[in-house]
Amino acid sequence: MAKGDIIAKLESAQLSGRGGAAFPTAVKWQAVKNQLAEKKYIVANGSEGEPNVLKDGYILAHYPAELISGIKIALQYIDHATAIIFLRKDYYRKYKAKLEKLIGRAPIKLFREKGGYLSGEETVLCQEIEHHLARPRIKPPYPGQAGIFGCPTLINNIETFYFVSQIAKNKYQHSRFYTISGDVKKPGVYELPDSWSIQRILQHTGNLPKTDYFLQIGGGASGEILLPSETKKKVGGSGAIVIFDRAKTDLYQLMKFWVTFFMRENCDKCTPCREGTYRLEKMLENKKLDAKKIEDLMFVLENTSFCALGKSVVVPFRSLLAKIKISPRG
Amino acid sequence: MSKKIKIIINGKTCLADPGQNVLEVALANGQEIPHLCFHPDLKIQGSCRLCQVKIKGKPGLQSACTLSVQEGLEVNSEASDARRARAVNLELIFTEHCEECRDCIYLQNCKIRHYAKDWKININKFPDRKAGYPVHRFGPALEFDSSKCVDCGLCVEACHKVGVDFLEYKKHGKFFEVMPSADPCHDCIYCGQCLTHCPVGAFEGVGEFEDSDLVFERPDKTVVWQFAPSVRTTIGEEFGLPYGTVATGRLISALKKLGVKYVFDTSVGADVTTIEEAKELIERIKNKKNLPLFTSCCPGWVKYVEFFHPELIPYLTSTRSPQMIMAGLIKTYWAKKMKLNPKDIIVVSIMPCVAKKYEVQRAEMKISGLRAVDHVYTVREAAHIFRKKGIDLKTMPESKPDPIFAQPTGAGVIYGASGGVMESALRTAYKMITGRKLPKIEFEQVRGIQGLKKADIKVKDKIVKVAVANGIANAKVIIAELKKNPGAYDYVEVMACFGGCIGGGGQPVPVDDEIRKKRAAGLYSIDTKNKIRVAEDSPIVQDVYKNFLDDEKNAKSVCHTHYMKKSKEVYPVKYSAVGGVRRRRI
Repeated sequence: MAKGDIIAKLESAQLSGRGGAAFPTAVKWQAVKNQLAEKKYIVANGSEGEPNVLKDGYILAHYPAELISGIKIALQYIDHATAIIFLRKDYYRKYKAKLEKLIGRAPIKLFREKGGYLSGEETVLCQEIEHHLARPRIKPPYPGQAGIFGCPTLINNIETFYFVSQIAKNKYQHSRFYTISGDVKKPGVYELPDSWSIQRILQHTGNLPKTDYFLQIGGGASGEILLPSETKKKVGGSGAIVIFDRAKTDLYQLMKFWVTFFMRENCDKCTPCREGTYRLEKMLENKKLDAKKIEDLMFVLENTSFCALGKSVVVPFRSLLAKIKISPRG
Repeated sequence: MSKKIKIIINGKTCLADPGQNVLEVALANGQEIPHLCFHPDLKIQGSCRLCQVKIKGKPGLQSACTLSVQEGLEVNSEASDARRARAVNLELIFTEHCEECRDCIYLQNCKIRHYAKDWKININKFPDRKAGYPVHRFGPALEFDSSKCVDCGLCVEACHKVGVDFLEYKKHGKFFEVMPSADPCHDCIYCGQCLTHCPVGAFEGVGEFEDSDLVFERPDKTVVWQFAPSVRTTIGEEFGLPYGTVATGRLISALKKLGVKYVFDTSVGADVTTIEEAKELIERIKNKKNLPLFTSCCPGWVKYVEFFHPELIPYLTSTRSPQMIMAGLIKTYWAKKMKLNPKDIIVVSIMPCVAKKYEVQRAEMKISGLRAVDHVYTVREAAHIFRKKGIDLKTMPESKPDPIFAQPTGAGVIYGASGGVMESALRTAYKMITGRKLPKIEFEQVRGIQGLKKADIKVKDKIVKVAVANGIANAKVIIAELKKNPGAYDYVEVMACFGGCIGGGGQPVPVDDEIRKKRAAGLYSIDTKNKIRVAEDSPIVQDVYKNFLDDEKNAKSVCHTHYMKKSKEVYPVKYSAVGGVRRRRI
């Protein structure tokens, strides 16, 4: 395959990043290629740290050859590059042997992640690989300009590389991976068209609830809360669909689950995220939700957090509090 | 010159260089955007999130410190959203900070207190999160009260920039906290740059300010105070005098008003240090032994060598620091002259430094079993004592120090700036070697606040290769060079603090390069005006040598010491259950 071809193919397939931010893949690849540098890095991001998202693990289990082939295509396209597969601890343990066999002598190394959710953030990932404190960096420079050890670095999600290999083989069907979980009959990871609505996905997989429910889409912590009337939408983010049985769900517990997750996973660098999530946790602990205080905290989290983690805390809380009435008992 | 970028901040057109951030440009143009975790000495932190601004045509808010300038950017820091955001963030910052305003090094300069008042925020909106957090003590020099820390990251960055990396982030329970390293390979060198870069006073010198009650009014003893070279151009700041104001005479008057009978100038001790160190330099150059000679006036640097590079101990000069020599002379030569028992003399020093609190406790510094210096106050502590006693330095008349140790040379005064020790020793060494006066007395090559300075000095037919480093990180560069080429230098001055003693951990806060430059300029102006600018030309020094230091035994016990390998001295305090180790001071 000629080097230019892959970009044309990625462009016509309109492939966008599957890590959550949906940045156009072709643009990212070209940006790294156009950097003048003696050394570059390519990273397949398998950090997958958000609750109820399991699709990277699914790809590692079922399509490791496609993943490696996708990375090799990037290695061909970008000069002077070596690749790293960045894996969360359990994926590293489970798939190390299989991946190493597939890699053979290709310049691809495995890296065992030390941190958690935040390590999937591109600049934190670079910090981890450099063995520095896992905290986000100021952008710009973006990793595409100066990433690992200051070298231009292409970071794509594992799912993105899987689809790169499909596109190269002209087998791409505009699909994506959905992780369905929660109060459903058939939880699991499904590869389905990316144009489908939530309702169609649930129907097709036999997961449409019969009782009153609500759902969280995108990710199991940072995803937006939707009501059944909103299921005409498509799924974004990292492709999670979590179903909650309205009657069985303790809303306080759900919110506490989110905030505990964010508090555990954040880096404590910036004031709103460090102190804001803590104050939310305290309010939930005491079951005293002060609307004015919550709105202030949401305001600074959304507008002044250093990185996307803090900004994303707002999404589930705002949508839940706006759409579902919470009694003091939850 | 690259092209200037034009941006508008709060309606004012400002010119910026590419790569600058909006906050820097705003501050340079007199546009005050509130901020806490920005310090011009250090890398951008972007952690406090107070410097929020609204950019025309863009949704949401941006942090000015992490926003690079772009042509045509229109910045508004007074938009209602920006004001609201920083107010909420400041309320959150206050939940981390257990206030102890009456005993804080920032006193009236406290930024967050001013902001809280101006923005009318409720500092008690949420309960203190850090109540019960421990106080970490770094030897006899520093204390870190973690219940005041607002996690801005500047201390960790300062410690890194100095080149020590003793402070670090460690996860404790739910949060990452700033902690002293528990690693046996890391230790504190007591420089106190964490203190001068902390914006909220979480660090202070040991005893600051509760020891300021010990003003040493002891009728049964003879109390002698001395003050370090750099103190004369910094203590005025505490009383609203402009940066760099020479306040030697006023300081002496203030001490006299305090009831102190004898006030001596440590710069006279510096003149003796110069002579001893120059002799040592000449000796080593002659014998080609243990070169380069490293200075050892800075106890932070000495501790660094002893802990991190014990193999360099033989290269340190054995000559004591000016404070130690001055105190040694007080308790020997002067005591004899005054017919006093050295045990009945109390020596109190005003130092620009917190490591000097450590230096005076070293066993190797004792003279006949007696500590030479009994107590060290930082410049801030001395100012605190004056204020407490209602003494305003600003309005004090000029007085001269007490006879005997009254008049230092210009060389003894410039010790306070990076390069000063080197320059003083070179002036003396030149004369000792050549027997002639220097054609030009100033060694401009070793002056200035830049971190690393190098020069080749021609003395007779020999080139003396010298280097001056401030900040240990710069000394590391020299050490690495010496590993490759042991003959790279003959004489190396190292000061742990940025800019030397004028940027010391015991100096007034805040501090930055502009302030350090003015403080140093004040010292050099004294030197320029001084009639006597070479140590051995001083009649006081000549007298001391003639009557006392000509005896080798005396010279050895008062002017020289030795150093030894150190093991780790500072460990983090354990967090106990709520309130366990917390010590509240009023």
